[in-house]
Amino acid sequence: MTEKLVVIGAGMASGRMLENLFELAPDAFDVTLFNAEPRGNYNRIMLSPVLSGEKSYEEIVTHDAAWYEQHGVTCRFGERVTAIDRDRKVVIALNGEVPYDKLVLGTGSSAFIIPCPGHDLPGVVAFRDLEDTTAMLEASGAPGSKAVVIGGGLLGLEAAAALRLRGMEVTVLHLAGHLMERQLDESAGYLLQKDLEKRGITVLTRASTKAIQGEGKVEKVVLEDGTVLEADIVVMAVGIRPAVSVAAEAGLEMGRAVKVDAQMRTSDPAIFAVGECVEFEGNLFGLVAPLYDQAKVLAKTLTGEADSFTPKELSTKLKVTGCDLFSAGDFAEGEGREDIVFRDPARGIYKRLVIEGDKLVGAVMYGDTADSNWFFGLIKDGTDVEEMRETLIFGPAFQGGAAVDPMAAVAALPADAEICGCNGVCKGQIVAAIEGGASSLADIKSTTKASASCGTCTGLVEQVMAVMLGDGFEIPAAQNVCGCTDLSHEDVRRLIKAKELKSQPAVWQELGWTTPNGCHVCRPAINFYLLADWPLDYQDDPQSRFVNERNHANIQKDGTYSVMPRMWGGMTDANELRAIADAADKYGAAVKVTGGQRIDLLGVKKEDLPGIWYDLNEAGMVSGHAYSKGLRTVKTCVGSDWCRFGTQDSTGLGIKLEKKLWGSWTPHKVKLAVSGCPRNCAEATCKDVGIICVDSGYQVGVGGAAGMDVKETERLVDVKTEEEAIEWTTAFIQLYRENAKYLDRPYKWVAKVGLDWVKETLADPAERTALNERFEISQSVYRKDPWADHARPEKAKSFQLVADLTQEAAE
Amino acid sequence: MSWIDICAVTEIAERGARIVKTEVGCIAVFRTGPEEVFAASNTCPHKGGPLSEGIVHGRKVTCPLHNWVFSLETGEAQGADEGRIATYPVRIEAGRVLLDAGAVAAARSAA
Ligand SMILES: Cc1cc2nc3c(=O)[nH]c(=O)nc-3n(C[C@H](O)[C@H](O)[C@H](O)COP(=O)(O)OP(=O)(O)OC[C@H]3O[C@@H](n4cnc5c(N)ncnc54)[C@H](O)[C@@H]3O)c2cc1C
Ligand code: SF4
Ligand code: FES
Repeated sequence: MTEKLVVIGAGMASGRMLENLFELAPDAFDVTLFNAEPRGNYNRIMLSPVLSGEKSYEEIVTHDAAWYEQHGVTCRFGERVTAIDRDRKVVIALNGEVPYDKLVLGTGSSAFIIPCPGHDLPGVVAFRDLEDTTAMLEASGAPGSKAVVIGGGLLGLEAAAALRLRGMEVTVLHLAGHLMERQLDESAGYLLQKDLEKRGITVLTRASTKAIQGEGKVEKVVLEDGTVLEADIVVMAVGIRPAVSVAAEAGLEMGRAVKVDAQMRTSDPAIFAVGECVEFEGNLFGLVAPLYDQAKVLAKTLTGEADSFTPKELSTKLKVTGCDLFSAGDFAEGEGREDIVFRDPARGIYKRLVIEGDKLVGAVMYGDTADSNWFFGLIKDGTDVEEMRETLIFGPAFQGGAAVDPMAAVAALPADAEICGCNGVCKGQIVAAIEGGASSLADIKSTTKASASCGTCTGLVEQVMAVMLGDGFEIPAAQNVCGCTDLSHEDVRRLIKAKELKSQPAVWQELGWTTPNGCHVCRPAINFYLLADWPLDYQDDPQSRFVNERNHANIQKDGTYSVMPRMWGGMTDANELRAIADAADKYGAAVKVTGGQRIDLLGVKKEDLPGIWYDLNEAGMVSGHAYSKGLRTVKTCVGSDWCRFGTQDSTGLGIKLEKKLWGSWTPHKVKLAVSGCPRNCAEATCKDVGIICVDSGYQVGVGGAAGMDVKETERLVDVKTEEEAIEWTTAFIQLYRENAKYLDRPYKWVAKVGLDWVKETLADPAERTALNERFEISQSVYRKDPWADHARPEKAKSFQLVADLTQEAAE
Repeated sequence: MSWIDICAVTEIAERGARIVKTEVGCIAVFRTGPEEVFAASNTCPHKGGPLSEGIVHGRKVTCPLHNWVFSLETGEAQGADEGRIATYPVRIEAGRVLLDAGAVAAARSAA
């Protein structure tokens, strides 16, 4: 007698299993197939092309009515199975019970919906089945309609790209710092984001959804940071959950999904499971390839043949036409692992191979994925790649040849090979220039314009010169930022502006960083350059800041911190002093008056920082930034208010300057002083900017130092009014912010660019105004008290231990 | 092995660290990638700098006090510096960070 086989779920896994089963044993089973969706098996992964219009639903059906009939399958579509009675061996569904001898669970997953307010409004959909797809298609019908896609993973991006093709205005919200963070590293994520933006899709990373709002239907999405986005439809694509309630209620052994052995058997010998609803050796499966392997194994198990399931390496591809991306294996970097990175910024290509020992263990590629299958094969098979290491990144076409010497490669370039993309200069023109007598890079730049724009081709130009001139030309060794790049600080600053690079991954990718995410030397510098150049677009990165700036206090040699409130222009009052005294008592701090006219509270423990900040804030004080590469103090003397020599209100000017400049980040610390007369009690002549008040007005000096180098300021300008003094000072600081190398104090920077250039630039009133305006734009973001921000309970929590195991042990 | 739940992965900033107090002193748990964590002693062998406050790059951390760099995988100081920090087994499961308390206890009895 034929056995009764009941299958729950007509999904991709169970569909393939039935195909395999009928091939092996066409008549062994009498099959009943349930599906909650009102239809039979279709190729779920092709829903994206259906959404974009590249395919119709009919084209993705895998098993039609004729197929079910031919194999004698009883179809109960649109009917959800609600329970399994294992004692009586029946499944219970809407329209009655069906007995089984063997039962297969293929219930897949359901989409995870973030339970934020408004998640149940009409117009909020997942991207899982044909119903969701149809809902999205309907919403895209109205002209000018807007979609918000929550989740920048594989599914979310496919939905976003498809809806955009349908003409919708699409915004993708992603919680992590870069798209598809599970499959891609930041560089590839950056390229992907750029690609999507080119298609007109807005991408917001680090975007956390707070609520969905609307009257009777979706109207807008509100983010944690207060941003409000209009939406006619909201697609949630944030993850999936195995659909296993029926299995769990039936008492099968469960982990995060239904536990199976290598033969796809559950804890009940008559019940089997395949697909996304299974857990095997602690793993869940969310891609089709392993599900098909499982389907094959299960078909054999059901027919009594021996086979067992082994999980394999997986690879990811995004089904968005024109977005070539591939990732496979494990691509985290690290000790004992070697990264081979190839970047071609002009063509938007990025490849990264991770090698461990003599094996390839991971690969990420963007822009050119032609060789991905070959690399994936090397990973899966654990091939020994030792021999081809040098040329591995160039793919299979380059294997077997000799290693390429870059000089030989340049020598071999034809005369019409383009060297400088910006100015369209080819090798022949450079060769001609050299033959015409050019012997330095500057000569080449002036005669051919090669490398005179963005500078990325400088290395190549120099190689051409080295080939041509032989020993007569030595490639100059510019001071590079650090081991991660060959570029100098100056080049990096220039290229960030020229190429409009607005994130760290953009810099790493476009400028060819050789490490995945920089190091402790370059990251703080790049972080500063980006925030100085793009204050409104760039998101400051605390993890790229030195501990003092990250914790907004100075770390001392014993690991405790010192805390220093601002005293505007050196002024304070009895109430502030009382609050400082109280804080010193409460947190056991030592008290020191500093060289910069302030009071330092020393010896505060890290976990007490939010508390002491809160107390000082309560008394009206804000952070003194005594720890920052930013504005520190403005020292003042008592000036005309009290002093018999004072010519102007030096204290008042100091306070005004400090209130204007505080909070601004600069390449290095910046200190100011204002003295009321040339007696110079505030020591203004050895500050970054020092102002001396005189009867006729104000003498503004810059570029002084009193640290390891001692230097007197040089006169920048003499002005009549306080307003002018403030305007010039601000313009000078902004010019310094925009141009100096990270960790150069103003005196070093002025020495490099020349005081004359600084004077000339600032003498132009329009330039001064523009610099002041740019400074204010930056201040609209950065002039805020970090203490108040970090004393908020959510942030304060991160200053505490995450766990205390000494207590657990005691319990 | 006895895995103890420390916190959610998201409670540690990417390329940041948080500390856990244990019988062998403070252990820093570093998050080097979205789904990657390492645990090591928080104390720099040079002059005791708090490594959890250092800049994390690749699978390394730079001590905030005098810039010694340590591998988080082996604990070895990099470059010309010599020294080593203790490392401990740690892993992520279902979005939670689990530390092997057994290894921590073993380190204690060995000390
Ligand atoms: C839009 C989209 C794009 C994708 N793209 C890719 C891709 O490019 N590559 C890739 O490898 N993977 C992709 N996937 C994932 C892939 O589709 C799934 O891994 C695969 O479909 C899972 O197969 P399954 O049989 O386990 O479950 P499913 O295909 O989800 O089928 C389960 C079926 O069971 C039904 N069901 C559930 N509970 C019951 C019940 N109690 N009674 C009756 N029926 C029930 C459900 O309605 C569903 O129809 C994509 C998924 C989606 C949604
Ligand atoms: S600098 Fe001049 S005005 Fe200021 S306190 Fe000294 S003497 Fe008085
Ligand atoms: S204490 Fe760590 S490097 Fe000195």
